[in-house]
Amino acid sequence: MAHTTFDLQLLNACAALLLLLSFAMLSQRRVVTLVNLLAVQGGLLAVATLLLAWRTGQHHLYFSAALTVALKAAFLPWLLHRLIRRLEVYWDTEPLLNISGTMLMGLLIVVFAFGLAQPITQLASTTTRSAIGIAVSVILLAFLMMITRRKAMSQVVGFLSMENGLFFGAMSATYGMPMVVELGVALDVLVAMLVLGVFFFQIREQFDSLDLHHLESLKEHD
Amino acid sequence: MRLAELVTQVLEIVAALVAAPIFLGWVNQCRAWLQNRRAPSIWLPYRNIRKLFHKDAVIAENASPLFRAAPYVVFGTMVVAAGIIPSMGTRLPLVAAADAIALVGLFATARVFVSLAAMDVGTAFGTLGARREMMVGFLAEPALLMVIFVASLISATTALPAISEHLATQTLGLYPSLAFSAIAFTLVLLAENARIPVDNPATHLELTMIHEAMLLEYSARHLALMEWGAALKLFNYACIGFALFVPWGVATGELGPLGLLVAIPALALKLALAGAGLAVIETVSAKMRVMRAPEFLASAFLFAVLGLLVHVMLGA
Repeated sequence: MAHTTFDLQLLNACAALLLLLSFAMLSQRRVVTLVNLLAVQGGLLAVATLLLAWRTGQHHLYFSAALTVALKAAFLPWLLHRLIRRLEVYWDTEPLLNISGTMLMGLLIVVFAFGLAQPITQLASTTTRSAIGIAVSVILLAFLMMITRRKAMSQVVGFLSMENGLFFGAMSATYGMPMVVELGVALDVLVAMLVLGVFFFQIREQFDSLDLHHLESLKEHD
Repeated sequence: MRLAELVTQVLEIVAALVAAPIFLGWVNQCRAWLQNRRAPSIWLPYRNIRKLFHKDAVIAENASPLFRAAPYVVFGTMVVAAGIIPSMGTRLPLVAAADAIALVGLFATARVFVSLAAMDVGTAFGTLGARREMMVGFLAEPALLMVIFVASLISATTALPAISEHLATQTLGLYPSLAFSAIAFTLVLLAENARIPVDNPATHLELTMIHEAMLLEYSARHLALMEWGAALKLFNYACIGFALFVPWGVATGELGPLGLLVAIPALALKLALAGAGLAVIETVSAKMRVMRAPEFLASAFLFAVLGLLVHVMLGA
């Protein structure tokens, strides 16, 4: 353990920080800070990708790092900030579970994710394979965030954070997906984001709020 | 080298007794500078203790013997704890007596006695302070244990000097698990020593106080021992932090006079830096409501467990 090289140590530190960021997002009540945390997560992901690209010499990883910075650390957060300003939703309401309870649940999820990733880790041959468990826990924690939040905004942030987790998982398991797939996913996320932006306005126009509870009933009450 | 070990042991305890009030004075001085106040003398805690020892003790009529005994128990446990923590050397004769988990138990013993004594007289303030102290304590203790478990997992032992020795001699590198547990430990230190985000050490008459509320009924030599004990507790926590996270400079292996010559200035430097850091934390953060304390300590626990999990998963 003590003899791992420095770049691998840096990668491990990135993975640990990603996990920490997931928890920070889980505990955050302010939507603006949530979006900032998402931007930091994107930036950290880009740093990890760059490190991995430098370490393995896989050139397509440089492109995906650039794509990550442009899309996940800059453009999407900017878009979300703009939406927040337009819609004037700065706070999430009290989440369904209290913060400490969510945290403890998150810890259990991380333990579960590590257990889940153990067999995959043994199959993978990359040097970063130990980070797969962290990627799985980032995905599941984003799930948890989407489950415990009521407002559409936080759910979208959860969705994007989940995508980040998937990206990190692919990176640590197989040194990233093929370029075509990556471009496709990036485009998907971008389009989804734009469509959701339009959706927000529609939801608010219909119900005067972004609370997704209103969407649960299929018919309008008379 | 049996004699050298004995000398180190005695020196360590004496140094803790002497340095603890100075450390407290240094923290107060730094805080005053940061807040643009005229700083009190660094010797102020000493003068305070001397003054209190010269006064006549007044004890409530319905106080039980436990009330009189508690200050001696608290002070005693803190001195024993100072003997176990490797602040200068790692080869200590007393170490066989207790490992890190027993050390947490020692702190718990002191806490139970302070709280019992506070409830003994039956004043409203004392009971209130005791209940809050127990609430903070039962949340801080698991976090502290988790921090110790992280270090124990890395070095495969629960004896604090062995942990410290292992961490001091391993290759330098980035250890996210240790970084997380260092954050957790700082939060626990703030909560356990009644520092600002959780409790205000400077307050004497507020409904929000925790530690001071429990000492309201004490006077003279009892109060002096209690305050000296509190200073020792802060000193001990700082030394645990050094042993786990900045173990360099401690005399490891076979002790010689040379090792101590390095260890003493190293300890003084670390204490000076830690005191200044503590003052900065206390100045930039606001005292939070008592009801927020569980959230604060839950995050400490979270950090420590994350450190543990990251170590298990990444081996770093």
